[in-house]
Amino acid sequence: MGLKASLIIVLSLVALASAGAGVSFFQPLLAVVIPYMVLAVFLVGLCWRVFKWAQAPVPFRIPTTAGQQKSFSWLKANKLDNPSNTAGVIGRMLLEILLFRSLFRNTKAELRKGPKLTYGWEKWLWLAGLLFHWSFLVVAIRHLRFFIQPIPALVRFTEGLDGFLQLGLPTVYITDVLLVLAVTYLFLRRIVIPQLRYISLPADYFPLLMILGIAFSGITMRYFLRVDLGAVKEFAVSLAMFSPKVPEGIGAVFYVHLFLVSVLFIYFSFSKLMHMGGVFLSPTRNLANNNRAKRHINPWNYPVDVHSYAEYEMEFGNKMKGAGLPLEKEEQ
Amino acid sequence: MASTPKPEELAKISYNPPERDWMDTKPQFRSGTWCYASKPDSLKSLGLPNPRKWSPSDEDWKLPENWKEIIFEGLRERLHKFRSLRLFMDICVRCGACADKCHFYLGTGDPKNMPVLRAELLRSVYRKDFTMAGKILGKFAGARELTEDVIKEWFYYFFQCTECRRCSLFCPYGIDTAEITIIGRELLNLIGCNIDWITSPAANCYRTGNHLGIQPHALVDMIDFCVDDIKEVTGIKIEPTINRKGAEILFIAPSGDVFADPGTYTMMGYLMLFHELGLDYTLSTYASEGGNFGLFNSHEMMKRLNSKMYAEAERLGAKWILGGECGHMWRVIHQYMDTMNGPAGFMEQPVSPVTGTRFENAKSTKMVHITEFTSDLIKHNAIKLDSSRNDQLRVTFHDSCNVSRAMGLIEEPRYILNHVCNNFFEMPENTIKEETFCCGSGSGLNTDEFMEMRMAGGLPRANAVRHVHDKHGVNLLSCICAIDRAVLPSLMDYWVPGVAVSGVHELVGNALVMRGEKERTLDLRMQSFE
Ligand code: HEM
Ligand code: SF4
Ligand code: SF4
Repeated sequence: MGLKASLIIVLSLVALASAGAGVSFFQPLLAVVIPYMVLAVFLVGLCWRVFKWAQAPVPFRIPTTAGQQKSFSWLKANKLDNPSNTAGVIGRMLLEILLFRSLFRNTKAELRKGPKLTYGWEKWLWLAGLLFHWSFLVVAIRHLRFFIQPIPALVRFTEGLDGFLQLGLPTVYITDVLLVLAVTYLFLRRIVIPQLRYISLPADYFPLLMILGIAFSGITMRYFLRVDLGAVKEFAVSLAMFSPKVPEGIGAVFYVHLFLVSVLFIYFSFSKLMHMGGVFLSPTRNLANNNRAKRHINPWNYPVDVHSYAEYEMEFGNKMKGAGLPLEKEEQ
Repeated sequence: MASTPKPEELAKISYNPPERDWMDTKPQFRSGTWCYASKPDSLKSLGLPNPRKWSPSDEDWKLPENWKEIIFEGLRERLHKFRSLRLFMDICVRCGACADKCHFYLGTGDPKNMPVLRAELLRSVYRKDFTMAGKILGKFAGARELTEDVIKEWFYYFFQCTECRRCSLFCPYGIDTAEITIIGRELLNLIGCNIDWITSPAANCYRTGNHLGIQPHALVDMIDFCVDDIKEVTGIKIEPTINRKGAEILFIAPSGDVFADPGTYTMMGYLMLFHELGLDYTLSTYASEGGNFGLFNSHEMMKRLNSKMYAEAERLGAKWILGGECGHMWRVIHQYMDTMNGPAGFMEQPVSPVTGTRFENAKSTKMVHITEFTSDLIKHNAIKLDSSRNDQLRVTFHDSCNVSRAMGLIEEPRYILNHVCNNFFEMPENTIKEETFCCGSGSGLNTDEFMEMRMAGGLPRANAVRHVHDKHGVNLLSCICAIDRAVLPSLMDYWVPGVAVSGVHELVGNALVMRGEKERTLDLRMQSFE
């Protein structure tokens, strides 16, 4: 159900944008009004969600420790997987965010005759996830060339690296290929693996299909239709300078591309895509395992009913005395 | 109680999910897969809500009239109190990396035992009432209405999670389903849906100081038994003190070690070691429980029970606390105690009176794990060990979930084992250390009526033991947890007959060469060394 619905929604969005692209009334809407709105919703939404998370306190220090603790100088502690100080935590978080450290641990369990459970090699999810995200980032950086004049060195450098194969004309960007391959893999695994299909919601298919849609429309423009990049740049710079000019003569695909990006980023802060912000805040990852060395404060710690020693001795005093145990009462 | 299926039967596991959507599938309360409901008396003695006679297999759970409101309010409150909860509700991408990491999923094939779906049980309700997308789009956004059936489902699956955190190790965002289970159980607790095996021990502990409800005089008797047995084995009469003021160290072990085999042998090991060192320590009857079943009930109950440790240390004037071998006990001590019941300014930074080692890692909480203490002794050659006394044993080691994934106590017990026995074999890589598999009975699920599920959930652990049993002839599974010592023997009998279970300090006790001991012919189990 989720798959079909998501597909229908994405296709409808494409149809909507293609239809609107030819109508002069809709062009300013698609090219100017919606993008600005998207920017506002995205930024406000992102901040709001992060603010909501940050607002909730972290009452307990609960890192998931993934290696030897720091105890004695003669036992080698695992500084990154079980950090005991801030430097270690920063290292751990960098590994998580840049390299998906935890996902790298992934294994695949199999039940054989016997019964015998085995835990096999399974790094495809990690690999595809990593390739997809890095490609996405590189593509995003490359897009800055449209918005900024003169083109920043970082952007040129990224482009250079990305196109180093010098294949085809225009040069094929490696990240274009990787992005499509990786997202396709992520999408297929959701459909093909029964357990994954079982847990998938429409909200899981939708972003993948959107990203595929964005990638395909982008690739079409670059490699097949060869749209007028000068016009694109003029438009993008005008948007960035807040003196928008409706683009002319670029064609319907461009509107489709822009519209899909718009919808994805409107959707962003309402959805699981917020993992981008959340991953930084995860209390099982971003805290040092120095619990017994440094007290963690819970801002809402409140007094609770306890059973005091006095009450205990009141009830069991006689039996304690009989068993020869010292009592508070007598001592006074 | 239904009889537990044979291993061959239980091993027929299908991982294929059913046709029907999970939201439309209700749990079957088949006996062997759920735990008995709390007795009203236990709830009353703890002042917990909605005490009544009921059973999870009943149609009518006798919920309070405004149960829905209570749950919503409870959830709202916790979303404001726990960043973990709020975040974990929002950011799961359902990548499925956690799915086949859960021993209950591996052992049953029930898709709702995938950590991701276990969390979705709560997440779906959260979406409906606390997110815009869920309010508008409903089921399409993965949201659903809170109904009595949902409560039943929560009960079924939150009491089929042992809060082992193995899932959180593999999740790219560290989503900890144990945290969700803890809070889910806390919500259920608000409307009186809890299990007796957790509530009654908690009630006992509150009143008598330990889960088993052992009263002070009986505890003294049990320690006396230990003392007699030690005399028989070593010829030495040791004299532990109880509730003694002015002792340097307060020693707190899980009460299971005092009460039942094979924990008692571990207790003997501790006491022999302390005697040999001439340690100035005392036991306590008021704080006679290291474990904390309050953790399985609610954060508040955990704090109520845990308060006794510091209170007793202060009353007795101890300088620091030494803690015995127990898993969830150490989760509470390491990650919660100081925050909840500290600061413990009335004590001093722990220093080993034998080696002079200052335990820097425990300088605030002021409580040291016994394997930290003993490994430090061995490192400094402070005790004499004859490891050949354990030569009849071929030993492997089960890492308890809590000390490995909520503390990182991994090498200390291994260091000890490598000095007290000569035949030590590790289980396969993906089943030990931080990737260890749960015993299948943790978090208060170690009750008999849950046996089928315990054996299923324990399969991954047992399977790894069988591997070393077949390959290296392993005949002893050592561990540092009282629940493990209570539950692993039945798990071994079921899946890997011929493997016994022991604490690490039982093996220390065997190997320890004591001044003035007679020639040792018996191990701590009164069996002759072969
Ligand atoms: C700090 C930034 C980010 C980090 C660390 C991060 C990390 C991850 C990880 C570890 C996964 C799970 C593995 C996988 O399925 O690939 C994931 C999934 C995903 N991420 Fe990100 N992400 C980030 C930002 C983004 C952004 C900006 C987007 C897109 C707009 C995005 C879109 C997705 C999608 C769609 C999935 C689900 C893939 C699937 O369904 O299988 N992520 N992310
Ligand atoms: S591993 Fe984490 S993100 Fe992936 S499905 Fe499990 S809980 Fe969700
Ligand atoms: S905490 Fe352990 S038992 Fe609970 S869902 Fe995670 S892996 Fe399963």
